[in-house]
Amino acid sequence: MNFSAIWAMYTSEMVRFFRTIAQSFISPVLSTSLYFVVFGAAIGSRIDQVEGVSYGAFIVPGLIMLSVMTQAISNASFGIYFPKFIGTIYELLSAPVNFLEVVLGFVGAAATKALFIGVVILVTAGLFVDFEIQHPLAMVLFLLLTCLSFSLFGFIIGIWAQNFEQLQLIPLLVITPLVFLGGSFYSISMLPPIWQKITLFNPVVYLISGFRWSFFGTADVPVGLSLLAIAGFTALCMGVIWWIFRTGWRIRA
Amino acid sequence: MAAIVDIRDLRKVYSGGFEALKGVSLSIEEGEILALLGPNGAGKTTLISTICGITNPSSGQVLVGGHDVVKDYRGARAIIGLVPQEISLEPFTKVKDTVAFSRGLFGKPRDDAAIEKILKQLSLWDKRNARTVELSGGMKRRVLIAKALSHDPKVLFLDEPTAGVDVELRKDMWDVVAELKALGVTIILTTHYIEEAEAIADRVGVINGGQLLLVEEKDALMQRLGQKTLQIELSESVTEIPAALAAYDLDLVKDGSALRYTYDTRAESTGITRLLAAISEAGLHLRDLQTQQSSLEDIFVGLVKEGAA
Repeated sequence: MNFSAIWAMYTSEMVRFFRTIAQSFISPVLSTSLYFVVFGAAIGSRIDQVEGVSYGAFIVPGLIMLSVMTQAISNASFGIYFPKFIGTIYELLSAPVNFLEVVLGFVGAAATKALFIGVVILVTAGLFVDFEIQHPLAMVLFLLLTCLSFSLFGFIIGIWAQNFEQLQLIPLLVITPLVFLGGSFYSISMLPPIWQKITLFNPVVYLISGFRWSFFGTADVPVGLSLLAIAGFTALCMGVIWWIFRTGWRIRA
Repeated sequence: MAAIVDIRDLRKVYSGGFEALKGVSLSIEEGEILALLGPNGAGKTTLISTICGITNPSSGQVLVGGHDVVKDYRGARAIIGLVPQEISLEPFTKVKDTVAFSRGLFGKPRDDAAIEKILKQLSLWDKRNARTVELSGGMKRRVLIAKALSHDPKVLFLDEPTAGVDVELRKDMWDVVAELKALGVTIILTTHYIEEAEAIADRVGVINGGQLLLVEEKDALMQRLGQKTLQIELSESVTEIPAALAAYDLDLVKDGSALRYTYDTRAESTGITRLLAAISEAGLHLRDLQTQQSSLEDIFVGLVKEGAA
């Protein structure tokens, strides 16, 4: 294991994050506050309670997931796309590092950033509404796994993308709809029966459901299934990245 | 001296079907400076990229310090430094940070003193806290060299180090290369400037169309360069070289209407005076004289044309 390489990649990615700390910090705080104002105060006052939880508190796990997923993807995809774009990727390719080390360095940094933002939103949410976390360990586990798996997914997008437009394409066209329709702001039991079935094909449903369970003890799908889904997604992404480095797809001519 | 880089029948066919390397074999000895000379698109960069791990070889084998660059890439890459042709640097990173990053990436522990030494050697110490985006093109290239040297490589690849660089900086770069050689670093550089190969290389390889056309000691090439030919046009054609002139290195050219004499300008005596006297004694009359010098450029152009034909 080339630990100094992992550390070099991780810290240089983190330095980039801290260079724009104001924007990294203020933007999620601001958007979370806006969500609470719009959904929590304006709309939430008419919804009252969902599954015995006040609507304002009910959307907290979904909001955290929403930001963590999009931040993980955008950080990880940009992190590896940028060296490709400016040409500095030559150094990674010519260095004595294997795929696992590159992943630990780049994805580790992207996941750390996503985790940081998740925690910031959790704290911000605490300023607006009262909520409790019934299963704190499970909460941390779900949060970590989501940070990791979506950073891995973002890493794949960053390698796949051949221009900035493609870099935005998947997050915009696939992830955002899946997250919004994944129960961030509602329980799937509120949907018409046919949509309750269809929505089960959305992998994000399992993540948000499991994460919400760790807060309130209620879930749309069994928690074990949630955990299995996220573990499967992580394994799938790792497999794809392993294949990318083995074949050199889109990185090595 | 032992070969530190051993390239055996290396081939590279790109996915589009373009054959960039057509079976290149080459041994590079430890401590030497090898210049790979060739026009654009000759395969120079592909050759370097394949050795350094940026491109996958289609077939063949490359050993660097005894390590196979594919099977034992860690061992091979750990002793290789690469300075790419394109200037690519993280724009907002400080000079000292990007050099330290490279050292870490190649598995070496942090060593501020080593980084300081490299930055000073490359006259970058004053710029250590500058962001790379603020530097001039020449300075950026120095940073790339500093990055490549950050992990004390045994073999340094310089891909067109002086392309688009002004004359003064080019001389500076040559000095840097000479200093590195003195430290025992093996250097392989690509260039399409013949004078660059002449100025700094121990050996020169000529590459074109994905094939290595020639690898020769620079001095031997210079020897060829030092050769001149004297063409002696005769008033009347002859069918064969007269016996009296047999002692001279003569060729019959232009259907017997001229004699060609090859001589070394650096020899003590060229023998021209004696030859001309002997020609006159043999009863031949001179119409005209013409001398010609073959330059490395001629040798190069000739080889490249042959390769293309």
